[in-house]
Amino acid sequence: MPYLVHSPQEREEMLAAIGVESMDALLGDIPPSLRIHDLKLARGLSEFETMAAVRDLAAANRVFADRLTFRGGGIYKRFIPTAVAAVTGKPEFYTAYTPYQPEASQGTLQAIYEFQTLIAELTAMDVANASLYDGATAVAEASMMARVHTGRDEILVAGYVHPESIEVLHTFSEGRGMKVKRGDQPTNKTAAVVFQQPDFLGLLVDARGLTERAHAAGALAIACVDPISLAILAPPGEYGADIAVGEGQQLGLSASYGGPHVGFIACTKELVRRLPGRLIGSSHDAKGRRGFVLTLTAREQHIRREKATSNICTNHSLCALAAAVYMTYMGEAGMRQVAEVSFKRAHALADRLAALPGWELAFPERQFVNEFPIIVPKPKPLLRKLARKGILGGLEVGRWFRDLRGVLTFTCTEVNDPAAIDQLVEALSA
Amino acid sequence: MTEPLSFELSRPGAEAPRLPAAGVQAPAPEDALSKDALRAHPPDLPRLSEPEIMRHYSRMASLNYSISEQFYPLGSCTMKYNPVANEAAAALPGFAGLHPYQDEETVQGALELMYRLERALCAIVGVDRVTLQPAAGAHGEWTALRMIQAYHRSRGDKRSEVLVPDSAHGTNPASAALSGFQVVEVRSGPDGRISLADLESKLSPRVAALMLTNPNTLGLFEREILDVAEMVHATGAMLYYDGANLNAFMGVARPGDMGFDAVHMNLHKTFTTPHGGGGPGAGPVGVKADLIPFLPHPTVEQSDGHYTFDFKRPKSIGRVRSFYGNFGMLVRAYTYILAMGGDGLTQASLDAVLSANYLRKQVEGVLDLPHEGPCMHEFVASAHNLAPQGVKALDVAKGLLERDFYAPTVYFPLVVAEAIMVEPTETESKATLDAFAAALKEIVEQARTDPAALHAEPHSLPVGRLDEVGTARRITAYLTGQSEDPVLRWKRVQK
Repeated sequence: MPYLVHSPQEREEMLAAIGVESMDALLGDIPPSLRIHDLKLARGLSEFETMAAVRDLAAANRVFADRLTFRGGGIYKRFIPTAVAAVTGKPEFYTAYTPYQPEASQGTLQAIYEFQTLIAELTAMDVANASLYDGATAVAEASMMARVHTGRDEILVAGYVHPESIEVLHTFSEGRGMKVKRGDQPTNKTAAVVFQQPDFLGLLVDARGLTERAHAAGALAIACVDPISLAILAPPGEYGADIAVGEGQQLGLSASYGGPHVGFIACTKELVRRLPGRLIGSSHDAKGRRGFVLTLTAREQHIRREKATSNICTNHSLCALAAAVYMTYMGEAGMRQVAEVSFKRAHALADRLAALPGWELAFPERQFVNEFPIIVPKPKPLLRKLARKGILGGLEVGRWFRDLRGVLTFTCTEVNDPAAIDQLVEALSA
Repeated sequence: MTEPLSFELSRPGAEAPRLPAAGVQAPAPEDALSKDALRAHPPDLPRLSEPEIMRHYSRMASLNYSISEQFYPLGSCTMKYNPVANEAAAALPGFAGLHPYQDEETVQGALELMYRLERALCAIVGVDRVTLQPAAGAHGEWTALRMIQAYHRSRGDKRSEVLVPDSAHGTNPASAALSGFQVVEVRSGPDGRISLADLESKLSPRVAALMLTNPNTLGLFEREILDVAEMVHATGAMLYYDGANLNAFMGVARPGDMGFDAVHMNLHKTFTTPHGGGGPGAGPVGVKADLIPFLPHPTVEQSDGHYTFDFKRPKSIGRVRSFYGNFGMLVRAYTYILAMGGDGLTQASLDAVLSANYLRKQVEGVLDLPHEGPCMHEFVASAHNLAPQGVKALDVAKGLLERDFYAPTVYFPLVVAEAIMVEPTETESKATLDAFAAALKEIVEQARTDPAALHAEPHSLPVGRLDEVGTARRITAYLTGQSEDPVLRWKRVQK
């Protein structure tokens, strides 16, 4: 059978060494009434048959070409350097466990220490953790930090924050003593103001103003940010936000139907002890050699048990590694180039789409980066028409926000070349 | 050997990677956006060429122990071989290239995979439905408790307590507390199993659930599980199964048949998705019929071979993660289940139990074995017998690293002093188990003859024992303004 190593003879030898006649003697603690003798599952397959079956399922999906994907909404098709998968595909990284034994885990520990530094630099915050599950759970964990830090229970969600982040925040808030409200006017009950820059529609919000208002009310400011945009946009640290969170998918991870990706969280010095999840710090051994260790573990659930303020045990190390390789490969100049190309192409596309008969920018007075909302006549047939031509058109955001019925958001990145943009506009004009 | 940080290797003159030009007429961000919105100071990222980057990460990879090269007998972590076919499956463009907001009609294969994986997991653990959304084990625990809470509330029943055995994983009490429950501890009896008398005294109409790992973290099957289930259900509470130890009895017994109402599984343990140095994993939760209305939305439904998401679930606890969970991990686990089949999974569990008992036998007389066997898929030994020499479980762990084995889980479960928790899994050969036992014997021998040398191990790894206390102290100095070194990140020293 695949992946099993004992031969029948070795099994006999091992039973004899234990001093029992059969496996049943080892399973005697299980009440006989509970024993089953087979699983209602098909018998195993050869690798050839397994992969054929899995390939059939993959083939039953329709994959749109990256260059013809104009749909974002939090997950974006971008150029992923080959170096990323070459590193994450190294079994020394992907088959290692959580680095509980630092002497035998320096590769993972150093990579994550570099990730923490890269995220802290990108967000201009003091410290970042070793990563979280995704952007949505990062929003929820950040809110809990604010709840514990301020002793207040209201989380104010301002503007168009990603709807799935809000849904996860609602689910988290039950039992954690948080009340989630919509609005941008914090009071003395507000623990944090949560906003997204650029927002779910791609539009810039007044991050500085929201942060100042939060602080004036004694609340924290939680900024949900797009990591690529930070190459050009003011990072949370520059406008004084207390916690920066985000989804790191764009940093070298494939769309993969929504996961696995990586959430990041960074904060000011004052909040470091409230950070959930793992943290890596630098250390040294008796010979003075530098090494890295999991640190401040007293915050974590395996020490604090029911007194912990987060139950997070895992980080998304391998995805954080991918993000670290991506950011190192790109460097500041590469990330800026990618962000600028995306910006310019999205603006060129916005101009052309807004010129189509019946099309109109939903918020013409608002600035955006590389995603924008536009009012279109009859979105559903239009999207179907594009799909027939191999194009994944904009996202219907009215699905989440009733006031945005009839609005699509379109996105452009460095993979949507000018010819792809022409193709989209021609398909819409035809 | 150590490796400099990428930031230290960085060369100011290194060229940026070649990337596409915009190729369209449009203003640059600095001309189009207000100054207020723009970044004032560029981030200090490393500048390196691709050859340097690849060598940097390759050298770091060589500093790791991993399943691909070493035996990882980590108790409760089920470090088994990660089939390479799983990786190829998840990388298929038909999965990796899917955008989560594609229309359902274009992702029928992905939905079918989730549906089939759900059915397979139902069959393996004996439940009616499974949510695949939770990203990790602890995430699954909390999801299950939220569903149990919602179930009680829907019946107008405000239950405030959750019972957790003293041998439980630390995530259990944390997940219960973060669902808003008071955590009440239930003691283990002298045989290492839950004390029915203590359970009886803690059960009341206030109790929402008992969280149980079976086999428990001592590797012992809870023989009286049917009595436990009856007692718990008699008070109207629910029974929750922590699936960390599911590898012990696939095809042999099912948590659902034991009376568990909610069951979480770790795809990164039992179902071979790689640990990735700490994640990503996946922590699906299975439930019996009573809890189905409360599952996170969306669920995947099938009708006449057509698959859809169901978002309209009024009693759902809501979403616990964006999109549909760690889909790439679901592909890997499904691939593994197809390859193994019911027959292979059953044999895998039998071999895991066989290996653990075989290794346990080798350890007899070497370390203390505080509980009577047989064990299931793992066992807990104790280094307590080395106390007279001043040798601790940690020293045994470091001695194993020195001998090219990863260390077992140490100091857990908390109910055993100097605990050494060993889980060999079914993918390690008898020869490896023998070599591991020999290494343990050598360490124990050395503990008797030259304990000081053991305290100095490991000495042939990239670094020796690190000053973890010093690290925490330096962080405190930074946080209290007495030092400029953040310790938790690299920072350029200002000249």
